[in-house]
Amino acid sequence: MEEKSAKIVSLSNVSVTYPTGSKALKNFSIDIYKGEFVFVVGASGSGKSTFIKLLLREVEPSSGKVVVNGKNITNLKHKDVATHRRRIGVVFQDFRLLKDRNVFENVAFAQRVISMPHRLIGRNVSKVLALVGLEEKKKAFPKELSGGEQQRVALARAIVNQVPLLIADEPTGNLDPKTSMEIMQLLENINRQGTTVIVVTHDREIVDMMQKRVVTIKDGEMFSDVEQGQYTESLAASETRFNME
Amino acid sequence: MEGIHTFFYSIKQGIINLKRNKMFTITSICTITACLFLFGLCYSLVSNIQYIVKSIEGNVAITVFFDEGTKDSQKAEIALELKENKKIKKVEYISAEQAWENFKEDIFETQPELVDTFEEDNPLADSDSYLVYVKDMSEQNSVVKTIEKMDGVRKVKSSKEAVKTLVTFNRVIGIVSVVLIIILLTVSTFLIQNTIIVGISVRREEIRIMRMIGATDFFVQGPFVVEGITIGLIGALIPILVLLITYNRVLNWISSQFGVLTNWISFLSLQSEFMVIVPACIGLGVGIGLVGSLVTVKKHLNV
Repeated sequence: MEEKSAKIVSLSNVSVTYPTGSKALKNFSIDIYKGEFVFVVGASGSGKSTFIKLLLREVEPSSGKVVVNGKNITNLKHKDVATHRRRIGVVFQDFRLLKDRNVFENVAFAQRVISMPHRLIGRNVSKVLALVGLEEKKKAFPKELSGGEQQRVALARAIVNQVPLLIADEPTGNLDPKTSMEIMQLLENINRQGTTVIVVTHDREIVDMMQKRVVTIKDGEMFSDVEQGQYTESLAASETRFNME
Repeated sequence: MEGIHTFFYSIKQGIINLKRNKMFTITSICTITACLFLFGLCYSLVSNIQYIVKSIEGNVAITVFFDEGTKDSQKAEIALELKENKKIKKVEYISAEQAWENFKEDIFETQPELVDTFEEDNPLADSDSYLVYVKDMSEQNSVVKTIEKMDGVRKVKSSKEAVKTLVTFNRVIGIVSVVLIIILLTVSTFLIQNTIIVGISVRREEIRIMRMIGATDFFVQGPFVVEGITIGLIGALIPILVLLITYNRVLNWISSQFGVLTNWISFLSLQSEFMVIVPACIGLGVGIGLVGSLVTVKKHLNV
């Protein structure tokens, strides 16, 4: 990991209240440094999704300050949102691939969106497909792929634009344990190459095995933040505190 | 550079969208075609009637007769006064002899023996007159009233009924056309919007991914705007082509069916009609496509 000097994500006293009145995050603060691999865990409705939406600028904070990739996005103008998102890669539990396009075109799509010159697209896409081990299947359509392979395509699409920050929202939610481990190993490889990785997950086994930083969110608040932590530790701490309350 | 890539991407995707939603595309094109064909038809009709009215106006004159015994000097004063009137285009003197000659040509053309019964008498003696041509037919009434008040004027005759009928007919056609065109334009815009909405719903997932990856508004909206403009353009070119093929044929048919009319009236040439119809149809078609698609993407893409 790089020296802890450059923050890639910094949330200071951030609160998010939805129009319905529900408070998704309350005075939430966190710093994530370049090159880190961070798990974000917590029960459903704890505020994990809102945390991701904040980073992607899908929601605005009601108060506090949000800095991502060195840019204060607290009051980011609509016209600048696209530029902001181009520096973040995202993968989801349901892969979100375009069903009418093959593997190559799904990954190339990310390059077309940022208007990458045509001659460079082929080279860049082949490179990331090799990284995720899908070079042989570049002409296959999503329905011809297993869940794990689809998630690899989604990962390739997320990193093809050489983003400094990768967010994975329940990336193993639809996968069996063996495939889940393969995806996590891929994420670790990507992280080793310098990309900061934030993984939101419920997968206890994976969190425990990876021994990375674990941030636990509970009821919209930072509950625990443990270096090389375990899901069980976080959960145990959460339950202990809950019992004490 | 990014703009150029996005531009070509938008064109390609816009055409793909059109193919994907074939039925909606065809329906929208048909509506715009019908609308602009009707526009072209109405315009041709109205402009030709206006042209005919103008040419008839040029030949319709007010005849001014003098009181018995009016001196030539007084007649000259009347002519001077008429020529000073800004509503009057031309004043022409018709002597009693000329009037009798004209009358003979018009009335006794087929019965020359009747003319002989008049021998050397001119039954129209004292019927010399001025033919007064007005600049605008709608001013004819006021000119007639002015002349009637003049000293030495016995009678003023104006043959305005035919022109009046044509002007009224022209006005009615104009109003009906405008109402029809407005209705069809509204329907066309609505149909284009529906086509775009279907396109958006089919591509919702793609748009979601685009946004997530960092596509600009221009990149997301571009294909839909191209879709709208293409529909409008095709919808404009078809009626232009149909009018181009049919215009001269219809005029030839009218001439052959109503040969007597051709001595009286003439029609506008295809070229002068199309100087207006082509840019107007293309402008309207593209305009409807552009406005319809822009309004829809702004509303449904939340940008």
